[in-house]
Amino acid sequence: MPRLEVRKTYKLYIGGKFPRSESGRSYEVSSAGRSPKFLANAAQGSRKDIRDAVVAARGAVKGWSGATAYNRGQVLYRVGEVLEGRRDQFIAEVAASEGLTKPQATKLVDAAIDRWVWYAGWPDKLAQVLGNLNPVAGPYFDISAPEPTGVVGVLAPQDSSLLGLVSVIAPAIVSGNTVVVVASEDRPLPAISLGEVLATSDVPAGVVNIVTGRTAELAPWLASHADVNALDLTGATELPWAELEASAAETLKRVVRPAGDGSGAEEPDWLVTPDLSRMHAFLETKTVWHPKGM
Amino acid sequence: MTPKFEYAPAPESRSVVDIASSYGLFIGGDFVDPTDGKSFKTVNPATEEKLADVSEASAADVDKAVRAARRAYDRTWSRMSGAERGKYLYRIARLLQERAREFAVLETLDNGKPIKESRDVDVPTAAAHFFYHAGWADKLEYAGLGPAPKSLGVVGQVIPWNFPLLMLAWKIAPALATGNTVVLKPAETTPLTALLFAEVCRQADLPPGVVNIVTGAGPTGQAIVDHPGVDKIAFTGSTDVGKAIARAVAGTRKRVTLELGGKAANIVFDDAAIDQAVEGIVNGIFFNQGHVCCAGSRLLVQESIADDVVHRLQRRLRTLRVGDPMDKNTDVGAINSAAQLARITELTDAGVAEGAQRWSPDVELPKRGYWFAPTVFTGVSQTHRIAREEIFGPVLSVLTFRTPDEAVAKANNTPYGLSAGIWSEKGSRILAIADKLRAGVVWANTFNRFDPTSPFGGYKESGYGREGGRQGLAAYLDTEGTH
Amino acid sequence: MSPTSATSQARELLGVSSLTNKALRTWLYGLPGVDQVGLEGRAAALATRSIKTDSKAWAIDTAIGMIDLTTLEGADTPGKVRSLCAKAELPDPTDLSTPQVAAVCVYGDLVGVAKDALRGSDINVAAVATAFPSGRATLPVKLADTRDAVEAGADEVDMVIDRGAFLAGDYRLVFDQIAAVKQACARPDDAPDAHLKVILETGELATYDNVRRASWLAMLAGADFIKTSTGKIQPAATMPVTLLMLEAVRDWRELTGAMVGVKPAGGIRTSKDALRYLVMVSEIAGDDWLTPQWFRFGASSLLTDLLLQRQKLRTGAYSGADYVTID
Repeated sequence: MPRLEVRKTYKLYIGGKFPRSESGRSYEVSSAGRSPKFLANAAQGSRKDIRDAVVAARGAVKGWSGATAYNRGQVLYRVGEVLEGRRDQFIAEVAASEGLTKPQATKLVDAAIDRWVWYAGWPDKLAQVLGNLNPVAGPYFDISAPEPTGVVGVLAPQDSSLLGLVSVIAPAIVSGNTVVVVASEDRPLPAISLGEVLATSDVPAGVVNIVTGRTAELAPWLASHADVNALDLTGATELPWAELEASAAETLKRVVRPAGDGSGAEEPDWLVTPDLSRMHAFLETKTVWHPKGM
Repeated sequence: MTPKFEYAPAPESRSVVDIASSYGLFIGGDFVDPTDGKSFKTVNPATEEKLADVSEASAADVDKAVRAARRAYDRTWSRMSGAERGKYLYRIARLLQERAREFAVLETLDNGKPIKESRDVDVPTAAAHFFYHAGWADKLEYAGLGPAPKSLGVVGQVIPWNFPLLMLAWKIAPALATGNTVVLKPAETTPLTALLFAEVCRQADLPPGVVNIVTGAGPTGQAIVDHPGVDKIAFTGSTDVGKAIARAVAGTRKRVTLELGGKAANIVFDDAAIDQAVEGIVNGIFFNQGHVCCAGSRLLVQESIADDVVHRLQRRLRTLRVGDPMDKNTDVGAINSAAQLARITELTDAGVAEGAQRWSPDVELPKRGYWFAPTVFTGVSQTHRIAREEIFGPVLSVLTFRTPDEAVAKANNTPYGLSAGIWSEKGSRILAIADKLRAGVVWANTFNRFDPTSPFGGYKESGYGREGGRQGLAAYLDTEGTH
Repeated sequence: MSPTSATSQARELLGVSSLTNKALRTWLYGLPGVDQVGLEGRAAALATRSIKTDSKAWAIDTAIGMIDLTTLEGADTPGKVRSLCAKAELPDPTDLSTPQVAAVCVYGDLVGVAKDALRGSDINVAAVATAFPSGRATLPVKLADTRDAVEAGADEVDMVIDRGAFLAGDYRLVFDQIAAVKQACARPDDAPDAHLKVILETGELATYDNVRRASWLAMLAGADFIKTSTGKIQPAATMPVTLLMLEAVRDWRELTGAMVGVKPAGGIRTSKDALRYLVMVSEIAGDDWLTPQWFRFGASSLLTDLLLQRQKLRTGAYSGADYVTID
């Protein structure tokens, strides 16, 4: 007789802890594909969970952005190591979540780990690549360097449950931002497993916060939250993202629109090698002047 | 009895510039009449004398301008080599230098700022902007913005009245250098130097339609923002309008950069070079009558030296010369408009009502025109409106702090994040504080310095995007995918 | 004021029981720093003031009246000094309304010649002393140099500080020498003491912080005037240095109630320059300093240019060098 599997309870990941939704709600998550199968009950996060997550994210900004770039790189690389150790688990979760064969899922999980490692190398290079001395016409030392914008709200891609997720979280946090992520509504399980990876790999509590639930319910709270500095609408492919962008305008959040043309929105091909744009989107250029004199 | 050194009037000559009685819209390389024939007047704020009638562009006029810009983009400008574009910009830079005196006089007449500022700051810096960006036009692949940065197309630009020509330069120079064409709206109270700039474009033989100048007020600006043929909006102005623009473009693929308001803290530590700090405070808030988005409007001074700093500041303010902007010795000119004067008056009245102590030097303000004496409020706390709201006038709020952490906390305690100042002789403290300030520009032991090579722009509700420097080019280029 | 009384006054001001070098150093280093770029920017901004018509005429006459007409050459002779004195008394023979200069400044051995030549006029005779310009001599020599000039009738003594001692941090030595020279400027009974101008030789002090400290040290030791330069070292007087010294006398007056004069010397050659200095005096120290009692120009060729400009204002036509007498 085969051994009975010990199932996991999927909860939220907020402030380094794994609470249930304060609302007490959960929703059924099934596998993708022709014959959906029950996978788990995910926590159905509420606006108050978003609120708590923003508090946690704000609280983590000082420490994370204040850490040395070298330290952030070390911590993020450590995440890559732990991801690698859980590779099989993620392959199974991605295969089930996205309705893929094991080889297909393997390709995506490997790409996700490699992408994370790619981003892990960026923290101590961004300032060199994006910053510079300015040769002003006067006796001044004048330097421009990128700084994190603060708390980033992220609507994670709806389809790509791990590679897409990693591709939106990593570029936001490498520079010292913290994030509140609304996971893929129908495919949230790899996101919570990623939370477990983060919780066990030296990423300070609150740097990444993951809320599962109904994107349409949660996104407006994130878009309108005054303590959120930027909004990534990549996962707003099924939502009226114009309204979310308009809401974000009330506090002039930096906004990354969903991919696509015109008012449409589509999920990008995550296997394409990234460039700087996602990191760039959540950076501010600070310019400091000082006179040079004896 | 000691004689007093009175400076006799030293007026700049008004006759160096010809002002037409009326101006059309500059569209497709020609001055054209507005479709519905509407116009408005622009006045000299120092005298309330009418300077000229200026056309009011309707949505139909804006549409014509955008079409002209699109045509110029498709047929000429986007096909031209960067080197050739650069040569046009060099021409413009030289023409601005050649006609510098004209521009300075016109700017002062239309804006009310002291001639010494338009002459020594606005106009030369505007020319410098064109020089700097001219050189970029054929070097964009070296800007670190990807291997093949592409222009965006037609850029709509809406600029404020505080630095009319300089803001025009900040907008047009990078847009043209990166291969875009432009529809620009100057502020309704200060359209004249933009219209003179149109003439410079003609002297430079700039292809028709590459630069279009449409004059008008809010509705004209809105027509630009809403026009579907505009690929990018660049706006400098109030945070309220910036938010409206951000809402208006929501759901479109228009790119936006916004350079908005500020409430900068100018932090003076007890070890500061005090005489230079006082100069920096004065320059920070009274430069351009305080009509500066990055003005150091909140003085945060360490409590142990607060009395001394205020004393020195007051003594210094007694030497400020307020009056005729055309006088070469004037330090503080006219408030730009009656509306702005009303706003400043309202906020300063609120400062008194909320219990702050108001002080101004004895100055005799001219009878006609819009004037406001340099004003210092002491005993201000963070909760006062004058400590939170952008006054955009010659009004300084003095607050105190005890520790560096408190200074940083107070400095950052605002939805704005455009600029900040630090005064200290201790290098490591400056660097630590500069790191902690949430502001796009930090001036340490100086204030209100601008340079074409130095990126300028804000954090938080002071907007997004940068102007100037390598970073400023990014605002006008499609450099990266969306992955 | 005897050195002892200077010392006791300094002790009181510093709040110390003993005026040690350390106490002086602590006090001087407690002065606010000076930012070079900010200071030079302020001076440059003031230089853009435009002085026209009536105010220009007033400023030119004021500047003429503030000149210490100077000759400090190894080749100076009684004849040269007499000629200079004649010009001091009658700067422009074609216009008798032209004001006289404040003083004639010569080496100590020519004080008697100058006094004779200027007898009956209100023009002072100033003597450089204390092993001018280097100051490299022992204190007894410096004091003898000073007494010699005072006894010959010098109304004013322009001494140099020991820049070596200052740069070596020996502030007490600098203080003591100034205080001793000040005492050597005293005359017995009712005869007025010679006014002491203390030359900092700012061109050798290297930094503005040092100029500020040297200014305060000189004032503490009893200087009636602080003076930028000997004219023998480049750079001599500059606008930023003078601005800084004007701030020093302004702040000294706020601290002690006493006024100290300022004298930029060397390198000021044109009327335009002189007017810029007067603008600085007015806007930095205040109009109280706009008299020969509290502000002087140490210059030789400046007078000629001021006279040319004065003639231009009077006649409306540009004048020429042949229409102004040489000295």
